[in-house]
Amino acid sequence: MQLAVWTYEGPPHVGAMRVATAMRGVHYLLHAPQGDTYADLLFTMIERRSARPPVTYTTFQARDLGKDTASMFQNAARDAVERFKPQALLVGASCTAELIQDDPAGLAENMGLPCPVIPLELPSYQRKENWGAAETFYQIVRHLADTSVRPAPREGRRPRVNLLGPAALGFRHRDDVREIRRILDLLGIDVHLVAPLGASPEDIRTIGAADFNIVLYPEIGDEAARWLDKTFAQPAIRTVPIGVGATRAFIAEVAALAGVDPALALDDPSSHMPWWSRSVDSTYLTGKRVFIFGDATHAVAAARIASEELGFTVCGLGCYNREFARDIRAAAKEYGLEPLITDDHLTVEEAIAAAAPELVLGTQMERHIAKRLGVPCAVISAPVHVQDFPARFSPQMGFEGANVIFDTWVHPLVMGLEEHLLTMFRDDFEFSDAAGPSHLHGAAPSHSAAPQNAAQPEPAEQAGLATPVASNDTAGWTDEAERELRKIPFFVRGKAKRNTEKYANDMGLAAITLDTLYEAKAHYAR
Amino acid sequence: MSPAQVLAKSETSRDGGLEVLRERGQREVFCGLTGIVWLHRKMQDAFFLVVGSRTCAHLLQSAAGVMIFAEPRFATAIIEERDLAGMADCHAELDRVVDRLLARRPEIRQLFLVGSCPSEVIKLDLGNAAQRLGAKHVRTEGSEGVRILAYSGSGIETTFTEGEDACLTTLVPEMPAEAPGAALSLVMVGTLPDIVEDQFLRLFAELGIAHVGVLPARRAGGLPALGPNTRYLLAQPFLGETARALEDRGAVRIDAPFPFGADGTAAWLAAAAAAFSIDEMHVNRVIAPGRERAKRSLERYRPMLEGKRITFMPDSQLEIPLARFLSTELGMIPVEVGTPYLHRAHLAADLAMLPPETRISEGQDVERQLDRVRADRPDLTVCGLGLANPLEAEGLSTKWSIELVFSPVHGFDQAGDLAELFARPLRRRDVLRI
Repeated sequence: MQLAVWTYEGPPHVGAMRVATAMRGVHYLLHAPQGDTYADLLFTMIERRSARPPVTYTTFQARDLGKDTASMFQNAARDAVERFKPQALLVGASCTAELIQDDPAGLAENMGLPCPVIPLELPSYQRKENWGAAETFYQIVRHLADTSVRPAPREGRRPRVNLLGPAALGFRHRDDVREIRRILDLLGIDVHLVAPLGASPEDIRTIGAADFNIVLYPEIGDEAARWLDKTFAQPAIRTVPIGVGATRAFIAEVAALAGVDPALALDDPSSHMPWWSRSVDSTYLTGKRVFIFGDATHAVAAARIASEELGFTVCGLGCYNREFARDIRAAAKEYGLEPLITDDHLTVEEAIAAAAPELVLGTQMERHIAKRLGVPCAVISAPVHVQDFPARFSPQMGFEGANVIFDTWVHPLVMGLEEHLLTMFRDDFEFSDAAGPSHLHGAAPSHSAAPQNAAQPEPAEQAGLATPVASNDTAGWTDEAERELRKIPFFVRGKAKRNTEKYANDMGLAAITLDTLYEAKAHYAR
Repeated sequence: MSPAQVLAKSETSRDGGLEVLRERGQREVFCGLTGIVWLHRKMQDAFFLVVGSRTCAHLLQSAAGVMIFAEPRFATAIIEERDLAGMADCHAELDRVVDRLLARRPEIRQLFLVGSCPSEVIKLDLGNAAQRLGAKHVRTEGSEGVRILAYSGSGIETTFTEGEDACLTTLVPEMPAEAPGAALSLVMVGTLPDIVEDQFLRLFAELGIAHVGVLPARRAGGLPALGPNTRYLLAQPFLGETARALEDRGAVRIDAPFPFGADGTAAWLAAAAAAFSIDEMHVNRVIAPGRERAKRSLERYRPMLEGKRITFMPDSQLEIPLARFLSTELGMIPVEVGTPYLHRAHLAADLAMLPPETRISEGQDVERQLDRVRADRPDLTVCGLGLANPLEAEGLSTKWSIELVFSPVHGFDQAGDLAELFARPLRRRDVLRI
């Protein structure tokens, strides 16, 4: 057993959901107990999707176990196919259903359903989310690709590629695809198919019509790309175009494979990052110690940008997905570092504390570790929270991605410098502690960062009431009322305090009692 | 779908004069593990260790959101392939994890081993493990000891708030026995935010009820005594098993509607007072100010909510008392009120106040229920986060239900806040011009 508070990856069936949700025209029937539907909200809330994921859960309960969960599965399959009319049905089991051994594949295949059935074997007690996504995508391609389809003769047409790997819940996948399409367009190359994101089973059928593949996210796309290479002799580009150098290398490789002129895309006037980084304002970035952790692909790319393009010193490098540990080991060797390959966030925290970096680049988890350690941080990899599925265009790949990365990584450092100044000039009236850094809108009640305290009600209650309630010169607070006020969450406490005092003042009350507090609350209720 | 299948999956029963649509099919609900998210905030010296899969850990992390980083008092012992190989190994592994955990967190006084679907299916005996580990960590001269209990929060057995029911049920045998001939005492049952709990305790004191305890208590040593002279009052509607355990030890339930809104709270308090034979005039005097305040705060919401049609998808079992509150105190029209489980006796008072034409449904076939929502087109649909955005995209206003469990909503002084939760999405729909 592994003791875990936080996991970098979900179970493998969540990976399968990411592929199914990315596609059009597929439906995923998941044999799973009541409660596993929680995973839907990752897509509807974090990625803010406007439709439910195309997943039907059998949601069996204890009372069903003694009976026939197998027929329950078949009924659900029949209903799902009738209601959603998918072009292909994925079937599989979640961790609990794996234990009851109903064999979803066998059950569905014998039903004579009017669409292809793709069985998924996802070992929940051995593997994780990324593996589940890769395996699912591979199975879809293997089952649906028409092996007789080949590219048309090259004469008189533009080169044609597939983009493999983008999925639902992928970190910036939406915008990376847009940016890569733009680059390919500059090169005069057509995108035959993006998959799984936005592809239908019918699209997958023709996957062999492309000249070659571009694997944008090896964690999800590589397994399928290897099979396509073997089956269709489609070569694959594996250079991940994150960072200016990597983007240039990527363009050169793609142009060579397609037989086009790389200059068409290399001389992109919208690439600002190299000049920004050379400008004198960036001098103070030199040698900043940076700790990098994430999925292997993003971590390796980030290390190259940090060291070659921003002049940082990489002081720690690691990943949580063991399947790609080799990439991290190779990169770590280049920077003379011991690679950190772990999915235990406590180990990562220890490593960060020991490395004492000036900037942490990582996932949502490292953001919280960095906050706790008081170190600036930027997010470079999944898992991420809702704010890293932004409304605005924010790719990581290509030249625009490099522009985005420059801003994203440097921003917390500028803020860090500002905080440093605040400490230096603590006694200066304009830089007082109470003013807080400007990116916290100057309203922070104390130096402790408010968002962090949101997660810790008890300390927040103490911190938020640092300025005692006796500051008003009208009615005084009774002890009882003051104690009650402290129980109100700190982020609305200020408002409650102001309202109550105004109310007491308006009513001409001499003392603020418990009743006054609630009278005022009722009075000001909107 | 053939008519025969329709009948098998959905039926309407009409026992006790109440028509209930019962359905089964896909259920879009949380499992009982989710209860940990609020239970651990209430029980300040308790740790919740889920014995489950990576899915369980992932669920907790998704449900707890940002709270997970505040040195939380819950975790998952993730079952791995080698644990599945042999049962003996599994118990040894669990002992190792628990020992390590308790060594790291010496301030923990209560440890709950929480069963999950995988641990239930492989029949890992957590009750037995709790006993074994409890004996090892028992109170001695040198140490304070840790109370170790086990319950199941698995999806196959519990739906969302039923996880709290299962947890509190295990605490009932731990409650000390009341002294022979003890005075009549009151136990308020169900997790409430501290501020709400304190409001109620103050009101009970003002009413003149001398001996009042709460279940769950904030600390391990704080459990109230229990026996035939104990009266208990449910603050939450999802506590069927806890109530049964309390009654097995002689306690008697006070029948009341649940304390939502001005009238609901007043009736709830009055029922308690009546059980303690407190003078009605005095009860009215104590209750009146809060009730008036609550009514005043609700008045502002009536124009926004009156006549609006509302549907509840099943989630927490709070649906029926909330529909009662919205209907009787704010003039909303309940169209369909879905609940994962309907406890008729505990909800009798609230059910009796619902308009007779309300469609009450128990259980779920989510696709068919969504078809009904689309046909009914209510002004507001209360549903989980997996359904809320997709329904909004279809042009239906929604209120996400989990907030009703996490926010302070009981009692007089939260009545306005509760109404606000339902009014806000409608107001937002009206103000947006994009």
